[in-house]
Amino acid sequence: MPIQTMKGALRALILLVIFFIGVWSHSSGLIDDFLFYLPDIQFLMGEHLWLTAVSGGLAILVAIPLGVVLSRPSMARWAESLMQVLNVGTTIPTLAVLALSMSFLGIGTTTAVFGLFVATLLPITRNTYAGLKGVNPALMEAAAGIGMSPTQRLFRVELPNALYVIFAGMRTALAINVGTVPLAFLIGAGGLGELIFTGIDLYDPVMMLAGAIPTALLAIVVDALIAFIAFALVPRGVNPARA
Amino acid sequence: MIRLEGLTKVFDTKQGAVVAADHINMEVPSGEICILLGPSGCGKTTTLKMINRIVKPTSGKVFIDGEDTTGMDTQTLRRNIGYVIQQIGLFPNMTIEENITIVPKLLGWDRAKYRERARELMAMIALEPDAFLKRYPNELSGGQQQRIGVARALAADPPVMLMDEPFGAIDPINRAVIQDEFLKMQQVLKKTIMFVSHDIDEAIKMGNRIAVFREGKLVQHSSPDDLLADPKDSFVESFLGNDRALKRLNLVKAKEIITQNIGTVSPSDSLETALSMCNDFGYENSILMTNDQQQPAGIVMRSVAQTAKGYCRDHFQNVPAMVGLDDDLRTVASLMLAHDMTWLPCIDDQGRVCGQVTQRALTHHLGSRFRAQQGSPVSTAPISEE
Repeated sequence: MPIQTMKGALRALILLVIFFIGVWSHSSGLIDDFLFYLPDIQFLMGEHLWLTAVSGGLAILVAIPLGVVLSRPSMARWAESLMQVLNVGTTIPTLAVLALSMSFLGIGTTTAVFGLFVATLLPITRNTYAGLKGVNPALMEAAAGIGMSPTQRLFRVELPNALYVIFAGMRTALAINVGTVPLAFLIGAGGLGELIFTGIDLYDPVMMLAGAIPTALLAIVVDALIAFIAFALVPRGVNPARA
Repeated sequence: MIRLEGLTKVFDTKQGAVVAADHINMEVPSGEICILLGPSGCGKTTTLKMINRIVKPTSGKVFIDGEDTTGMDTQTLRRNIGYVIQQIGLFPNMTIEENITIVPKLLGWDRAKYRERARELMAMIALEPDAFLKRYPNELSGGQQQRIGVARALAADPPVMLMDEPFGAIDPINRAVIQDEFLKMQQVLKKTIMFVSHDIDEAIKMGNRIAVFREGKLVQHSSPDDLLADPKDSFVESFLGNDRALKRLNLVKAKEIITQNIGTVSPSDSLETALSMCNDFGYENSILMTNDQQQPAGIVMRSVAQTAKGYCRDHFQNVPAMVGLDDDLRTVASLMLAHDMTWLPCIDDQGRVCGQVTQRALTHHLGSRFRAQQGSPVSTAPISEE
C-alpha cells in the first residue's frame, strides 16, 4: 500500500478515536465532573505559575552568570568539581530536597521556591557552561586577534553564539520545574498538586486528572513559550530553527 | 615595516621545554609581503602570532613602523593589525556588514563612516554590497567567506596585516582566483604583510620575500628567486622540491634573458639571403621576416629557402608565436614547447621586434645560478648541458 494512503488511514483512525473518547466522556458525565473543578483549577493554576515563575526566574538569574563564571579560562581547574556539586542538586529527588529544606526553612512557599530553584539550577548552568565552552575556538581567536576585550568577546561573540544551547537548557529546566511544582503542595505551598494529591488520597480519578491534565498543558505551554522567545532572540545566523 | 628582534617562544610541556621559535630576527620592509614558509611545527605560526600577542613571546621584541610594541596595550596593538586566519572566523551571529565593521566600531568611528567603509570594502573584494551586506556568513561559500575575512582585516586600514594560511581551506581553483585578487589589491594598498604558508607555490606567487623556518629557527630569508636559485642547505633544497628550476620560470620575465641580435629578413630579400642569414645566425628551421615598421610579418622556413627560388614575400608563413617583454618564462617555455621552436621573437609595446628569446638563453639563465653553488649535486636540476 502506498505510504500516502497509509498516512491518510492512520489520520482518519486517530480522529475517529478522539471523537469516540469525546462521545464517551460526555455521555459518562466526565466532562461535567471535570468542569466542576474549573474554579479550583483557575485559582491553583495561578499559584502554580507563580511558583514556577519565581523559582525559575531566580534559577535563570543565578544559573547564567554562574555558567559564565565557570566557563572562564581562569576557572578551568574548578569548573568540573563545582559542576559536580550542582549535580548533587539533581541526583537528590526533589521530594527529598523539599523535605530537607523544610526541616530548616519550615513549611510554605519559601521552602517550595527554594527546592524548585535547586532542581532548576543545574540544567541551565550546565547548558550555559557547555554552550560557552562549545563556541568555535577559531571565533575566539578571531575575536581576540581583531582587538576585542574579554568583556566584548563575551557579550558580542560568546553569548550570542551559545544562546541557542542556553535556551535549550532553560526549556528543559522549566518543563521539569512545572512538572515538579505539584510536590510543593506536600509542604503547603499550593499549586495544582492540591487536586492531584487530594484526588489520589480520595480515590477520585477525575479530581486527580483535573490537577494532572492542566499541569501537563502548562508544561507544554511554558516550553512552547520559551521556544518562541528563543526563536525571536537568537540571531538568525546561529539559529537552527531559522536556517 | 615589521621588525622582529630575538623573538623567542618556549612552551612548557610535560616532556620538558619546547622551543617553538628560537631568536627570530627579521625585517619586512613597508609595502612588502613576507611569506613564512615551512613544514608544520616549524614555528612559523608561533612567530606570526607573537606579533599580535595571540601567543605571548617568552623574550624578544616586535617593532612596527619602527616603534617597539612591547609597552603597547594589547587591544590597541591588535586593532591596528589586520588579522586573517585559516578558519576564517567570521562571527556567525552577525551579518556580513556587522562582521566587516566590527573593528571600526571598536575604534569608535561614527555610523555613517563605517557603513560607507563597508560598501567600499565590498567593492574592493568584488562582492555586490546590496546582495551581501545583510546576509549571514553561513549563507556564503567558503571563498566568499574568506574574502569577507580579508575585508574585515582591512576595515580600519591597518598598516600591517598578519595572515595565517588565509587561503589554505579554499579549493585550488578559487584559491588561485583569490590570490590574484589579493595581489591586485595589494598593488594599490601597499600593506606590510606577514603571511604564513606551507605551500611553496603560494609562497613564490605571493611573496616579495620568503622566510623558511625549520624547528623553530629561521633558516633562510631571501627573495623567491634567490631562494629557488640558491637554497642555503639541503633542508631548504628538499623542501623546495626537485622541480625548483621550473618554479623559477614564474619569477623571471622574458626581458631579462632577451638577446638583441636577432636575424631578420625583409620581404624584398631573396631566399638565398634568407638561407645565408639562417646559417649565420644558426637557425635550424626558420627565420623571421619583418615589415618596414620592424613588426613581425611572417617566417621563412629554411627548407623552403633551400629548395625554392624567389623572394621572401612570396614564400613566408604566419609567425606561430611571439612573446612580450613582460611575459614570464613559464609562458615562453610553454610557447616553445607548443610550437616546437628553439627561439621566439620578442616584441615591445609597439609591436616591434626587439630581440629574441632562445631556449639556450632560457636554460642558461635558470641553470647559471645553480652552477654558481659549488659542490651541490646537479642531478636534481633538470638542466641539460649541451
